Amino acid sequence: MTPAPVDWSEHPAAAAMARRHRLRAWEPIPWVAALAFYFLFPKYLGFGTELLITVLFAISLDLVLGYAGIVTLGQAAFFGAGAYTVGMLAKRGIWNEPITGLILAALVAAAVGLGSGLVLLRTQGLTLLMLTLCTMALLEEAANLAHDYTGGFDGLDSLPIAPLLGRFEFNPLYPTTQYLYVLAVLFVCFVFVRTLIYSPFGQSLTGIRENTLRMHAVGAPVRRRLVLCYALSAAIAGVAGGVWAQANAYVNLGTLGLDRAATVLIILVLGGYGRLYGAFVGAVAYMALSHFLSKIYPTAWQLGLGLLLVVIALFARNGILGIAEAAAHRLRTRATP
Amino acid sequence: MTAPLLETRALSRNFGALAAARDIDFTLEAGARHALIGPNGAGKTTFVNLLTGVITPTSGTILMKGRDITAVAQAERVKLGIARTFQINRLFRRLSVLENVYIAVAERVGAAPSMFSPAGTRRDVVEESMRLLETVRLTGDASRRISELPYGRQRLVELAIALGLGPEVLLLDEPAAGVPSAESHIILDAIDGLPRDIGVLIIDHDMDLVFRFAERITVMVSGAVFATGSPREIGADASVRAVYLGQRAHG
Amino acid sequence: MIFGADVASMLLGGVAAGMVLFIVSVGLSVTMGLMGFVNLAHGGFAMLGGYAIAQAMKLWGVGFVPALVFGFVITALASAVLERLLYARLYRASELDQVLFTIGLVFMMIASVTLLVGPENQPLRLPALLQGQVNLGFTHYRTYSVVLIVVGIVIVSGLWLVFERTRIGAQIRAAVDNRRMAESLGINIGRLFTLTFAFGSGMAALGGGLGAEFLGLDPQYALKYLVYFLIVVAVGGLGRVTGVFYAALLIGVLDFTLKKYVPQGGTAFIYALTILLLLWRPQGLFGTKTT
Repeated sequence: MTPAPVDWSEHPAAAAMARRHRLRAWEPIPWVAALAFYFLFPKYLGFGTELLITVLFAISLDLVLGYAGIVTLGQAAFFGAGAYTVGMLAKRGIWNEPITGLILAALVAAAVGLGSGLVLLRTQGLTLLMLTLCTMALLEEAANLAHDYTGGFDGLDSLPIAPLLGRFEFNPLYPTTQYLYVLAVLFVCFVFVRTLIYSPFGQSLTGIRENTLRMHAVGAPVRRRLVLCYALSAAIAGVAGGVWAQANAYVNLGTLGLDRAATVLIILVLGGYGRLYGAFVGAVAYMALSHFLSKIYPTAWQLGLGLLLVVIALFARNGILGIAEAAAHRLRTRATP
Repeated sequence: MTAPLLETRALSRNFGALAAARDIDFTLEAGARHALIGPNGAGKTTFVNLLTGVITPTSGTILMKGRDITAVAQAERVKLGIARTFQINRLFRRLSVLENVYIAVAERVGAAPSMFSPAGTRRDVVEESMRLLETVRLTGDASRRISELPYGRQRLVELAIALGLGPEVLLLDEPAAGVPSAESHIILDAIDGLPRDIGVLIIDHDMDLVFRFAERITVMVSGAVFATGSPREIGADASVRAVYLGQRAHG
Repeated sequence: MIFGADVASMLLGGVAAGMVLFIVSVGLSVTMGLMGFVNLAHGGFAMLGGYAIAQAMKLWGVGFVPALVFGFVITALASAVLERLLYARLYRASELDQVLFTIGLVFMMIASVTLLVGPENQPLRLPALLQGQVNLGFTHYRTYSVVLIVVGIVIVSGLWLVFERTRIGAQIRAAVDNRRMAESLGINIGRLFTLTFAFGSGMAALGGGLGAEFLGLDPQYALKYLVYFLIVVAVGGLGRVTGVFYAALLIGVLDFTLKKYVPQGGTAFIYALTILLLLWRPQGLFGTKTT
């Protein structure tokens, strides 16, 4: 159409698009901080491990909720599926090698996600919300019923997890191995999710979130994309559950409960969803507060948490990172009048 | 004679007791520049929704190049070459103009399922998107978010997205509504620049635009085809003037 | 005839439980259908109402029935204030924001009640008249369950009359089916929302008080039974009074029977049934498809 072909890759918009997936200067900070934590707070490594797992779980939720826009109350179904996969295999002595165990956990959780996603994602809105909730409750009940395999209400404890790489023991009292192992798992999963969201696939998920009707009109197989995203997110949640079972050497019904699903939702929203790093910020803020407050003043903690949620829903829908971004934007516009 | 590009036979759609489309026989030839006009509530948008597969007909058939596509899903029809713009903007408001077009082009060229390479490195998709933005004179706004764009330019993004789907049939639902008159020629220019064999159906209330653009006009009233003919025939048709043109020209 | 009496007593128990489910859930169904608002705090209103009733009886020595009235009124008033001040801001917000907001609200309700009254279960003493057994001719059964059934029938008939025969009922039905149309007909949607919301919360309070005898009453009530209330609403269909009634009876009887014969697994069966049902009819058993 144009007589002289122009090289559009020089255009600022095209250049920005070609650049946006590149590593930003501040992105190593969380990882450096996590490593520093290992050396600075050897007494809190148990807490740190829990924190890192929570980040991983929240990232899995961010993929479906923040990027694909699927509002789910049942994400813990996949966490639990992964945790029970590791737990049952280890307890029966079938499989207790940690890394391959996590792969199995991911596969089982992905299968649960794929199966439930295929049927659930036909619906939307309130029905979908209900179905995610019911599916999780059903799994919890099933785990409760299959007492012989799952340990029922008491769960399975003292899981015999083999040493990592055949050398490093998981010591529940001094969880140095767990901490570094979980950090590495988190890093691998994070790189996967980060790659995914900057890919054309991730772009199309964002499109579905922003305007589903338009995505249908550009010929996108919307449901197939959503189901795939749901299954991938389930796999990551399964890894989080699996690594949780390995690090704690036990698994119980709580891994499948509404409590866990609601907490991870709160954490993600607190940090800011659809932002990749919201999971980190939210988990740190929530876990630090709850660690110190919930034990001393459990009721006040619940009251404050409730108030916080109400305030976020009414005034700060983009969470802590959203507030930070808005503040940074204001500073920048003031600096360059 | 080859089968027409797009054809409907006795196409009907009821919403409860309301017949939003009644026995519509309609033909869009390859290369057509066809306009669909009619008073508000005549069922024009319903007709477009039927053609694109957003809603399913109560009865009747839709044929594309002789093939029955009545039961073909919306996304598949896009792949067959039916693209549309929306009367109300349906854009990705929080994404940039370039990203909006990118998503459409990525679907067409089959880049969208790719998971492991960054979107920005698909230079073919980026460049085609930029070329489309050039067609609608929007390269200067390519980095801006849709929500920061004036309404009229959002209409142009709509058009660029539809063009990015490489359509053989292009359905434009009020493409110029809300576009400042100084910019409405961009839309016509963009349509003029299309390959001649694309069939274009435009719905609009702007009679200047319709008569400047169309080589053939169909008038719809209360869900049914009222008249079809050349602009001259339609302009001269007293009954059309009575139901529609007169009402707008003098009302 | 032992078997017959067994069946009868099971049915009566299930129906009584279903009535309570209905009384609590009907408000949720109407507000969700009317406002499209995902209100996870509904169980919280039932809990608060139950507490208001229990406290009124304990502190002021009020009788059971006046306490129920008191619980209804105070909860309706409180929820009307909340609706005007907070809920109304979120009608156009995303489901996620509504979910977060109402979860936050439930947390606050649970914490406040725990702080003010304490975490332990609140016994609700029934008047002597309602205790004991009553002879129904074919079987003896607990008086209170029979009373619950009668009360439930009275309430559903009353609501049905209001819904089908009065102006405000017609307005609500119109707004559930097509809100924009209702607005264009000049119905004051804001006022309608506040009224139905307050009434629905009041009903929840009533249910909280009436059901405390077998559902218990502690701060966790607000979340413990939420899934049940949601299931009843989803199965019955949004904004359908009679639909919710049948769904509540169905779930009540099923739950009661299953708990008796399959104490393990009864709940799982109900969840599975709900999932299948919603896949088959996303609008619920008695709802109509909205476009």
